[in-house]
Amino acid sequence: MIWEAVKLAVQAIFRNALRSFLTVLGIVIGVSAVIAMVTVGQGSTEQVTADVEKLGTNVLMVMPGQDAMQGGPATTAIQQFNIRDNEALQEQLAIVDISAPLSFSRARAVFGNENRRTDIIGTDNRYFEAARWEVAIGRVFEPSEIQSGKPVCVLGETVRKSLFGYADPVGETIRIKTLSCTVIGLLQSKGASTFGSDQDDFVIMPIKAFQRRIAGNTDVSTLYLSVHEGVSTDRAKEEIERFMREIRHIGANEDDDFTVMDMKQISTMLSGITDILTGLLSAVAAVSLLVGGIGIMNIMLVSVTERTREIGIRLAIGAQARQVLTQFLVEAIVLSLIGGLIGVVLGLVLGFVGAQMLAVPFAPEPGVVLLAFAFSFAVGVIFGYFPARRAANLDPIEALRRE
Amino acid sequence: MAESTGKNALIDLRGISRVYGEGETEVRALDGIDLAIDEGEFVAIMGPSGSGKSTAMNVIGCLDSPTSGTYLFDGVEVANLTRDQRALLRRHYLGFIFQGYNLIARSSALHNVELPLIYKGMPRAERIRAATAALEKVGLAHRDHHDPSELSGGQQQRVAIARALAGNPRVVLADEPTGNLDTTRSIEIMEVLRDLNRNEGLTIVMVTHEDDMAQFADRLVWMVDGRIESDSPTQRAA
Repeated sequence: MIWEAVKLAVQAIFRNALRSFLTVLGIVIGVSAVIAMVTVGQGSTEQVTADVEKLGTNVLMVMPGQDAMQGGPATTAIQQFNIRDNEALQEQLAIVDISAPLSFSRARAVFGNENRRTDIIGTDNRYFEAARWEVAIGRVFEPSEIQSGKPVCVLGETVRKSLFGYADPVGETIRIKTLSCTVIGLLQSKGASTFGSDQDDFVIMPIKAFQRRIAGNTDVSTLYLSVHEGVSTDRAKEEIERFMREIRHIGANEDDDFTVMDMKQISTMLSGITDILTGLLSAVAAVSLLVGGIGIMNIMLVSVTERTREIGIRLAIGAQARQVLTQFLVEAIVLSLIGGLIGVVLGLVLGFVGAQMLAVPFAPEPGVVLLAFAFSFAVGVIFGYFPARRAANLDPIEALRRE
Repeated sequence: MAESTGKNALIDLRGISRVYGEGETEVRALDGIDLAIDEGEFVAIMGPSGSGKSTAMNVIGCLDSPTSGTYLFDGVEVANLTRDQRALLRRHYLGFIFQGYNLIARSSALHNVELPLIYKGMPRAERIRAATAALEKVGLAHRDHHDPSELSGGQQQRVAIARALAGNPRVVLADEPTGNLDTTRSIEIMEVLRDLNRNEGLTIVMVTHEDDMAQFADRLVWMVDGRIESDSPTQRAA
């Protein structure tokens, strides 16, 4: 009987193919929006995770001050790190594999007629290792260059492009503020991060050269750490915090004056943005499903009115109210499931195109696809019930008299 | 056969009234009719319009409930049945033929004939066999895949007869079956009904306003103003 009802429903739906298609458009839009959003959102999350893994899951950063990520104004003067803090971590804390000092500044790099405002980073070779940078052309620093703070620099791909085009920059001299700096190497491009920031936009020089000629102090703004394989992030954070409190002489009752961040925290923060977006668009999709449901109810009421005579015939030859109800309910459900199916296919296509455009992996979620079908089914049941009941309760004599 | 005893009658109406509206606007469509029809009879109901013959058919067909009186179908009081039980009674014991054919549009002749069998829950293969057999009886086996719109009026009415027969009913109720047909087609349809009655003993109750068609029946019930005015054998039967 159900199979017959499904067959009848499909016939009825295709008899008015255009009208049926317009009817299910609301559901199509709702479902495809959800699927596309979740697919792209999932892809972004995977991309962030992959980016973080590229940095290394065992990477942590120590920054002076609290709430470094919030970026609020510091309540007290922040005591910066210095190079000795870095060496202490490197030599005295067993879990630390590499500890690299980092200092930053924004400045203009000039070559000939070209110039670019970029990040100037002072560090040493340990940073290339910890952050997994590969050299494309030239070399990294010599120990003597680090020791003496010689004005040499390694470029990121973006800076190379804007100053040198595609020419080989090695051996050329660029100017940063008052410092003339010889280019010794070019790093392999990492491309844009998931959220569009350019990861190749920097000039790196020995930290001593940076401190002396660019910053004019001996501060180190960040300690970039990589811990040994197999050390859990939690344990690493705990040990680093204890060690830092010790070397910075923080009393038992005092708060930390530094922050230890792991990559998971950074990635959670970034995917949080994706979650908010997904949530908002899901709300829009829910409204669209509701509107789609009302569309289905409307068209089913029209269909019941149009087919009053047919309903009368069915009742006269012995159909029970329940059977007529089933027939129209099944029709509403089939209609909204067709909408759901088109929506899923369209959503996957849009998700695929979106993933390509944002350069994130295409990551369809089977659970969400099933959920979309479940929702379409529910919409069919909820909004099909009222028209179906109206059909079932028709008086056969009245119905047969209708033209 | 004209004077049924009523005791073993298949259809037994006693003091049936059907009143529409109340007070001053009250219309007594049926006003206390007694009518007993035995198995195997071919009864024609005639009368001017508004005489209550269609209402009588609706009551007999369990589509409408009388306001008062008792209606026993094969000894069962129909008034006590629920809406769904009356649907089951129609499904298993009654076949309907209408003036306007009332076939389902854009469904093949075969599918139309199958319809009551689907509600009976008959398996598909058996259903197609029974529906094809019913179409053969009315001489339309070769048109089984045509839509109603591709059939002439006479052919459509034959499909409707086949649909009424398919469920193997005990009574066929025909409400002006020839009302939309020309004389030649009308006679063909009446011959089909007469043969079914004679050869297979099918009980037929027919409403008509054409005397010529009524003559195919054995018994003629004449109604006026909701009452039965006369009930006698037709000339043919007499």
